[in-house]
Amino acid sequence: MVIAEQAYLRADGRKGIRNHLVVAYLVECAHHVAREIVYPYREVGVQLIGFGGCYPNAYAAKMMKQLCTHPNVGGVLLLSLGCESFKRTELQAAVAASGRPVETLVIQQSGGTRKTIEQGRSLVEQILKGMEYVPRAPLEMREFVVGTICGGSDATSGITANPGVGRAFDRLVREGASGIFEETSELIGCEAIMAERAVTPELGTILGNAVAKAAAYHTVLGHGSFATGNAEGGLTTQEEKSMGAYAKSGASRISGLLKPGDIPPAGGLYLLDVVSDGEVRFGFPNINDNAEIAELIACGSHVILFTTGRGSVVGSAISPVIKVCANPETYRRMSDDMDVDAGKILEGRGTLDSVGSEIFDLSLAVAKGDKSKSEALLHQEFVLTYKSFEPIGPSCLPRV
Amino acid sequence: MVDPRLLRLDPLDNVLVTIQTLEAGDSVVIDGRKFTVTSRLTLGHKLAARDIRNGEKIFKYHMPIGSATRDISAGEHIHLHNMKSDYIDTVEMQARHSLDGHHGHR
Repeated sequence: MVIAEQAYLRADGRKGIRNHLVVAYLVECAHHVAREIVYPYREVGVQLIGFGGCYPNAYAAKMMKQLCTHPNVGGVLLLSLGCESFKRTELQAAVAASGRPVETLVIQQSGGTRKTIEQGRSLVEQILKGMEYVPRAPLEMREFVVGTICGGSDATSGITANPGVGRAFDRLVREGASGIFEETSELIGCEAIMAERAVTPELGTILGNAVAKAAAYHTVLGHGSFATGNAEGGLTTQEEKSMGAYAKSGASRISGLLKPGDIPPAGGLYLLDVVSDGEVRFGFPNINDNAEIAELIACGSHVILFTTGRGSVVGSAISPVIKVCANPETYRRMSDDMDVDAGKILEGRGTLDSVGSEIFDLSLAVAKGDKSKSEALLHQEFVLTYKSFEPIGPSCLPRV
Repeated sequence: MVDPRLLRLDPLDNVLVTIQTLEAGDSVVIDGRKFTVTSRLTLGHKLAARDIRNGEKIFKYHMPIGSATRDISAGEHIHLHNMKSDYIDTVEMQARHSLDGHHGHR
């Protein structure tokens, strides 16, 4: 089934639903210059991403490579200060090998802030011209990747928006697409029922271990994934919140476990493990919702389904974010930011099935080019921090 | 017969979820019996669907979400004061910690 006739065909065979130019700073010291380069072009699909740290990190290198070669990205400008540890020539070579136009500016070599901004803007013009003639090809359902996340949850999230996304995920997976859910630290209490959905017993054990790792990580940090606002919204326990979050995954069998930057090998439902392996390092696994959104996108997500009860407004660089609002009172207050009014279920204006269809249809419309609310409002949040992962083993992606 | 302002997510559940804000003094009807709401409850809070004994599991969406920490009467608000997590103690401690207002990330 073709879902978008005019997708952007990349040299690796993957297809994008957008054709963004990303300007990527490789250390915080290059952030301001990168942002200034982007600013005049921010409404024409030029977006800012980057990594703030000065010390080398394999996770950050992989994330940046996967993001700069994401199918929604058509060209790249790298911004280096000059003395940071990020291996800019390796990243430039990887992007060039993907067939995309790519340039690097080193601020210390370009003559400082003002001159680099000038050179950067002329390179943006040049790269944009090079991106105009990307071949087009139809995007098939089996090539479509959708990620899901919740943020600003309240007690309505688990009743309306999350099971609504679950219905949409069931249909996407049934028709051949890939669905990715994550937030392993918000699945604490759901391990047993989740493991039963794995396509192999070994994978079931791996899924359980990923949640146990998240629980242990949070224990060391002395901090749960349970915020004051959750309790004000009527949620009492971690497992109550977890069951609500878990509902986003729907009822399909679980085909595999991914780590940030791993691309689903075929259609199916995947759990993304977002908590670092090994000893607890680098602080909180995910400092905010955008850290997880960036990881879902690094796994190839074309669009993100974001459920919220209390009302998050964020979007993302690279892939559009669709807001599914769980709470009808929040929807009325913040409707400019919300794409789907899932809370209508609570007021007898819709059912889980009708909301699920609405989310499914909107995902396809956004894939065809319609802008989501956060996208039209130019929300392009992005954050990338330090993490560390072991590569996934063969049992994580069983062939069945 | 359940009050239209309350939602029973699953027939097995011993809690009902408020789907509108209820004010203190409002009456709600659960299985033909009338109860008075004692404090303001915003959308998404839980009321006991029947009498629940101390230690009994609390079920919501057909799933156990914790246990009662004292006897709870039908129609009573169920929250941190009368139920607790059955999961690892640390999670509960962390939850309390964040409820003190120090932390909480989403």
